Amino acid sequence: MNVGRSIGLEYGASTRDIFGETLEELGKENSNIVVLDGDVSNSTRTKFFKKAFPERFFNLGIAESNIVGVASGLAASGKEVLAASFAAFLLGNAYDQIRMGVAYPNLNVKLVGSHSGISIGEDGPSQMAIEDLALAASFPNLTVLVPADEQATRWATRAMFEHEGPVYLRTGRPAVPRIYDDSESFELGKATQVRQGDAVTIIACGLMVAAALEAAHTLSQKGIEARVLDMHTVKPVDHTSIEQAARQTGGIVTAEEHSIAGGLGAAVAQVVALRHPVPMAFVGVMDTYAESGDPDDLFARYGLSPAHITQAAERIVAHT
Amino acid sequence: MPKMTENELKRKSIEYRKTILKIIHHCGAGHTGGSLSCIDILNVLYNAVMNVSPANFEQPDRDRYIQSKGHSVEALYTVLADKGFYPQEALYTLNTYQSHFIGHPTRKVPGIEQNTGALGHGLSIAVGMALASKMDGRSYRVFTLLGDGELTEGSSWEASMTAAHYQLDNLVVIVDRNKLQITGPTEDVIALEPLASKFEAFGFAVRACNGNDIDDLLQTLKAVPFVTGKPNLVIANTIKGKGVSFIENQVNWHHHVPTDDELAQALRELDQVQQTLEVVR
Repeated sequence: MNVGRSIGLEYGASTRDIFGETLEELGKENSNIVVLDGDVSNSTRTKFFKKAFPERFFNLGIAESNIVGVASGLAASGKEVLAASFAAFLLGNAYDQIRMGVAYPNLNVKLVGSHSGISIGEDGPSQMAIEDLALAASFPNLTVLVPADEQATRWATRAMFEHEGPVYLRTGRPAVPRIYDDSESFELGKATQVRQGDAVTIIACGLMVAAALEAAHTLSQKGIEARVLDMHTVKPVDHTSIEQAARQTGGIVTAEEHSIAGGLGAAVAQVVALRHPVPMAFVGVMDTYAESGDPDDLFARYGLSPAHITQAAERIVAHT
Repeated sequence: MPKMTENELKRKSIEYRKTILKIIHHCGAGHTGGSLSCIDILNVLYNAVMNVSPANFEQPDRDRYIQSKGHSVEALYTVLADKGFYPQEALYTLNTYQSHFIGHPTRKVPGIEQNTGALGHGLSIAVGMALASKMDGRSYRVFTLLGDGELTEGSSWEASMTAAHYQLDNLVVIVDRNKLQITGPTEDVIALEPLASKFEAFGFAVRACNGNDIDDLLQTLKAVPFVTGKPNLVIANTIKGKGVSFIENQVNWHHHVPTDDELAQALRELDQVQQTLEVVR
């Protein structure tokens, strides 16, 4: 993809790759981790764990509902269980199993959905999760993480296991730009400010953090200094940073590779409405299904490109 | 724990039925028919088959029980009270505000392993527990009770394939085959038969028994594993509402609450059976 290249961001690996590598590392450190797969370990990258720890890896076939139910039973028996599949199928098919067997009893199950958003490209809308954050965010007790790059994925994968309780981690298919270096740290539930600015705030997650930085660069050339927040923890969302952004910058644009219904934008808007109402704009998939194609073309067509974020921010600034 | 005689178990079943009817009557809500159909199964499991009690409930080697047909929770609450997990009086808080004894099982109630109540979930959870037992080289077994009406949930069959694939002979699945679900006979809603051959085809060792007959249940459940390397499936043929003449096989008693008169009559019927058991003793 081209997101962020114009401002010099270098591309690293995909978030699914780094997740898979980190999971394997965690497997070495923690013999209590068990991984369940829906016959997509090549795609989710749990294949690294599978190869290293075959005795703790179970491919339960293409049956997401059962996978999450089995995860619940293993967790209730003291295992630290991770279940991974495509985000669309994991959240879609197993919604009620997550509700009953994971979220309601607040069990220590880690769910990982890959192939999120429309950046999967050529596989088309049947494989694209643009509803998973809305579904995941609807569960009480569930923490929802959307890492932006390699370093954030390393951190998020570890944080997921350090956190006692159910977590959903969203990963993506394409290689993504590097935002962070090794020296940077993260805190679960606390947004990371990746750019300073007081004219407007862009709150993004996942790949859209890079898109937001590119938009902020363009805005800067027009004399608008945008703050950029990486809201890697979509739930519980960081009320403090959102309220500060609203008070200090007077307007907020959210950017997510997800439907505008029920995802990051909705979570931020709820806090803004509650704490300090300011004008907002929402960059995301506009209540429609995308199509198959090159991810950059899809971003341009479905309103997710850096230019769309720039335009939204300009509208907000004009309004404030 | 000294083993109970069959006669003692039969008297327990009568006592349990009376308690179920009393608490549902007292609290004004509950699943009468299903609780009465499965109570003999729970009685035999908790009093003669499973290694689980308040004393070992925190121990990793206890046997596990998952009630997938969560709505028949009054039967489970009743047996757990009798086992000493909590006082009998707690049963009379059923379905009241701030009580943990709500309409479907939760882990907040001592003795309950997992939240259930949405149908089609229990077997997957039980498979996970049985898999954990095998992984850790433990000897505990996992028992799960499924309603027959919930077998139309596809996840039950996903879980069945998994149980057979991983050769979970420490898993015992019991189907409360009372042949009635909320709107009518199971065979009229979506036909389940031939049920035994379906489960056999999915890789279970299958046995049928009379799920309201203590002797038959004892003989069947004590015989597990039926076949080494195969998950066990018991089709427990039961009568919905078993034990009270006017409740038996009546669809509308799925969650009908007995009136004062109905309760009195039901208790009279059960007392009569109990007296015959006292004589036999």
